[in-house]
Amino acid sequence: MSKGLTWRVSLILVFLLLSFLYLTPTLVSSLPSWWQGYLPKDKIHLGLDLQGGTHLVMEVETQKAVEGTLDIIATDLEDSLTAQNLRYKHISRVGSDKVQLVLYDKATADNAQQLIKKKYPEMEQLPTFDEGGYVNMSLRMSEKVAQDRRDKSVQQALETIRNRIDQFGVSEPVIQQEGINHIVVQLPGIKDPKRAIELIGRTARLEFKLVDENINAATATPGTIPEDDELLVEKRTDPTTGAVTEIPLVVKRKAMITGDLLTDAQVRIDSQFNQPYVAIDFNSTGARLFDQVTAANVGKRFAIVLDNSVYSAPVIRERISGGSAQISGSFTEKEAADLSIVLRAGSLPAPVHIIQNVTVGPSLGQDSIHKGLMAGLVGVLLVVVFMAIYYKLAGLVANFGMVLNIIFLMGSLAALGATLTLPGIAAIVLLIGMSVDSNVLIFERIREELRLGKTPAAGVDAGYDKAFLTIMDSHVTTLITAAVLFQFGTGPVKGFAVSLSLGIIINLFTSLLATRVVFDFFLSRVHVKKLSI
Amino acid sequence: MELIGKTKIDFMGMKKISFVISGIIAIVGLIGVVQIGRGAANMGIDFSGGTSVQLKFSQPVSITQARAALAKHNLSEANLQEITDGNKLLIKIGKTTLATGKAADTIVDVFTKEMPGNKFEVESSTEIGPSIGDKLRKDTLVAVAISLLGIIIYIAWRFDFKFGIGATLATLHDVLAMFAVFLLLNKEVNLLFITAVLTIAGYSLTDTVVVFDRIRENLHKNLKESMQTVFNRSINEVLSRTIITSLTTFLASMSLFLFGGEVIHDFAFALVVGVLVGTYSSIFVASPIVALWEERAVNAAQVKP
Repeated sequence: MSKGLTWRVSLILVFLLLSFLYLTPTLVSSLPSWWQGYLPKDKIHLGLDLQGGTHLVMEVETQKAVEGTLDIIATDLEDSLTAQNLRYKHISRVGSDKVQLVLYDKATADNAQQLIKKKYPEMEQLPTFDEGGYVNMSLRMSEKVAQDRRDKSVQQALETIRNRIDQFGVSEPVIQQEGINHIVVQLPGIKDPKRAIELIGRTARLEFKLVDENINAATATPGTIPEDDELLVEKRTDPTTGAVTEIPLVVKRKAMITGDLLTDAQVRIDSQFNQPYVAIDFNSTGARLFDQVTAANVGKRFAIVLDNSVYSAPVIRERISGGSAQISGSFTEKEAADLSIVLRAGSLPAPVHIIQNVTVGPSLGQDSIHKGLMAGLVGVLLVVVFMAIYYKLAGLVANFGMVLNIIFLMGSLAALGATLTLPGIAAIVLLIGMSVDSNVLIFERIREELRLGKTPAAGVDAGYDKAFLTIMDSHVTTLITAAVLFQFGTGPVKGFAVSLSLGIIINLFTSLLATRVVFDFFLSRVHVKKLSI
Repeated sequence: MELIGKTKIDFMGMKKISFVISGIIAIVGLIGVVQIGRGAANMGIDFSGGTSVQLKFSQPVSITQARAALAKHNLSEANLQEITDGNKLLIKIGKTTLATGKAADTIVDVFTKEMPGNKFEVESSTEIGPSIGDKLRKDTLVAVAISLLGIIIYIAWRFDFKFGIGATLATLHDVLAMFAVFLLLNKEVNLLFITAVLTIAGYSLTDTVVVFDRIRENLHKNLKESMQTVFNRSINEVLSRTIITSLTTFLASMSLFLFGGEVIHDFAFALVVGVLVGTYSSIFVASPIVALWEERAVNAAQVKP
């Protein structure tokens, strides 16, 4: 055996060993205990189209986060000005980047300006002007600050969604940002996608608002209620009939307490009615506020509002100190559990909406795996038989190269932690056909050389050498498009590109080096008069 | 064994016929591309936005029955498709008045209500908002353009400019032919189809490169013979390998088409079409274009002095 041959054979054997090493966790259902430690443990990842699951792309309405911040500033200014005895007519957010204050006189405006400068240095103060005897003053959030807020809101949304999914319990979820304001969530093997989507997509802004008892809610319309009130709806579901009744309710626009003051939320079961409810605990600020508000409003109703719909509006019977409260409503145990999750995980800084939802059931995934394997087997069989008939023994050598190609490919997919999708399987099947192509080119060239009267060994040498450039060229062009597919494709298509490009690169090795080893080995040992090709 | 022995087919002489055939294919393909641009083609929801739901029923469902059930709930614009094995039904709705996230639920509700005796399972559901579709369309155009550009640059570098143009036109021809077949059969143009198109764009070059390599080799060896003869001889010399390499890939894509299941059925079909057209074009499109060009260059050089 020549020196070059030993080296090449060992290379093939090492790759073969490595491939099987990485494939063992996928092929063997339970690994023996001694396998743990340094040996690879990961199976080939299956894409969602094969194992079933949900792929979501969500868009964060980042502008809403900016507006939310401005709303908070407006509310806070109301409180601060009142605390300093500065009288104002009106403070509110205007448009998408301004807060407008309407004050009674110039002196107050000057004081207010001082206060704002101290409290909100990042806000730009626009020049004041007179407007029908009032002083009109505007603050603008600069584009840079607003952009910062938008970016942060996506980050926060990502964290919140991650928290919710962790608490919901999904194995190996993928949650990541894509582009400027998109969040991609992958939930493999999820059983109840609808429930998960509702849980993830909910803004979950919890607010406690006082009910305005002076207005008759039944006849109120959004136009007739005072400016600082709003009309909300409480939905009640009859547990026996399932019928939904909507009860209108007029509440104060300003929230007394919000959900970000919570420390915990747990599902409890009411022992009296056997109804689930959610027990919530406030932090010290929340507890103090709750104590103050309940003390000042005994006898009034306190609406518990989640995402602008009223859960319940119980009457405040007495002052509540201690920082605990409960949210009851007509919900099922599952709904109560989900509510407690979103309250614990916190609210989203801005609403998100789902712009892409791909859900594959587990049965279809299984079906796809079976059919993909079937197509692969038939493909291998057809190609193997054809090559053996057409090129005889040499055809078997090409088949050996093809099988090596597939084993190496599977091994590298496992080693790289790549994801196998159904189009990925299709790429492997396609590769079965493509991988023998290089050998076809070589064999045809060898046949030509033999016709010119060369000896088998010289013919093989010339065939491999002369076909080399052609094979390189054809591989590079396929690789160009595969690389582009990898760059642009998502999900299943990316899986296709990964399998295809890896397979093509490996094919260069198996068809040029591995198959030649077989020829060289036989030609060096056995004196061959006529090549079986 | 040899399928094709020594041949002496006058491929160059057939260029009049083959150019007419390819011209027609290219025009139909271009119409297909224009239709896609206008949104008039049968676009997959990944490009157009919309909802598709695949249901697997326990008992057979007729399309008329399903359509009637959907029409009752103002979903008459739904596109229904029966999948033969296993009582499966694929329901597609384009952009609707229903918000993203609602259409799939509505469809499921309709069948639960209207066919209470026939239990079903949601095998897959896909909802895609219009903004995603727009972005994907743009990305796809860029991807196709970059692929073609990459191929031109590589071939032009490896061979010369004329071969580069010939190879690119042949590739473009294959791409247009796939669009033409899908347009004529009214098959859905979706992301997987584009994947198949790009794969074939890369793969069909294999045959072209094989032929070009031989032409170049023979051109260097022999300066006396006419272009026509050198090109013809080169194609004939490599004819058997051109056909065998395509045949093995054809066998593989055919087994995908027949056994790969409904999800990749159209994808595999596109591959089968692409492999066939790719072989044809490397013989009948790429080489004649280069031959014509080279001949003209030679004639011009002879006239000049």
